[in-house]
Amino acid sequence: MSTMTQTTVQVYQLFIKATPEQIWEAIVDPELTSKYFYGSRITVTPEGRVSTSPDGSESWGDSEVLEWDPPRKLVHGWVSAYDPELANEATSRVTWEIEPQDGGMTKLTLVHDRLEGAPRTAESVAGGWMLVLSGLKTLLETGEPLV
Amino acid sequence: MDDDRVFRALADPTRRHLLDRLFERDGRTLTELESELEMTRFGVMKHLRVLEEAGLVVTRRQGREKLHFLNAVPIRQVHDRWIDKYTERVVSALLELKDDLEETA
Repeated sequence: MSTMTQTTVQVYQLFIKATPEQIWEAIVDPELTSKYFYGSRITVTPEGRVSTSPDGSESWGDSEVLEWDPPRKLVHGWVSAYDPELANEATSRVTWEIEPQDGGMTKLTLVHDRLEGAPRTAESVAGGWMLVLSGLKTLLETGEPLV
Repeated sequence: MDDDRVFRALADPTRRHLLDRLFERDGRTLTELESELEMTRFGVMKHLRVLEEAGLVVTRRQGREKLHFLNAVPIRQVHDRWIDKYTERVVSALLELKDDLEETA
């Protein structure tokens, strides 16, 4: 993704055979995030989003929750505290949109924007979101973590 | 999202060109995309719609503008399903060949 010149907004969209409620749970419950989000334990409540390393010993980035509308929309800040080289970049923003479709499918759209002050984060997360979202889909559809 | 739509969308050079343009700079309007192609506005719209139906392009409204974003997730899924599987076999066949040749050498 290094040839991309402007990555201030990134959009990812996929269809998952699961209910909006199941997807919402998978985003806010640390037991579930640990199975697809690089092992990180992420707790999201209306008060904020707290992310720690798999063993819970170090912070991988706390951020503000800007919008909390279960099971439809979640907006939170993003700081790449898991990488010291990225940790000092400006806070960006992540929006999760969950929309039910026909046939038991749900459309999940993730928008990572306000990346103007975080060019290295933008580059770093581009491949990462793809892996995280594929892992989330596999987990919800098969019950197995993506290896 | 079915693979057929993704393969069909990717089977056209104009549509691949549009994806390359979005890869270089994401979040563009129809007018911007149209200005770089020797094609009518209607033609570009038609191609964008095929890309959108395949999930390769996602549109979002920003004020009065409709912006087009590249969504690479379906390509990743096709890659995982169709490319990984076969390249793995080629690689392991080559590794076996290497072992065989080195044993007899």
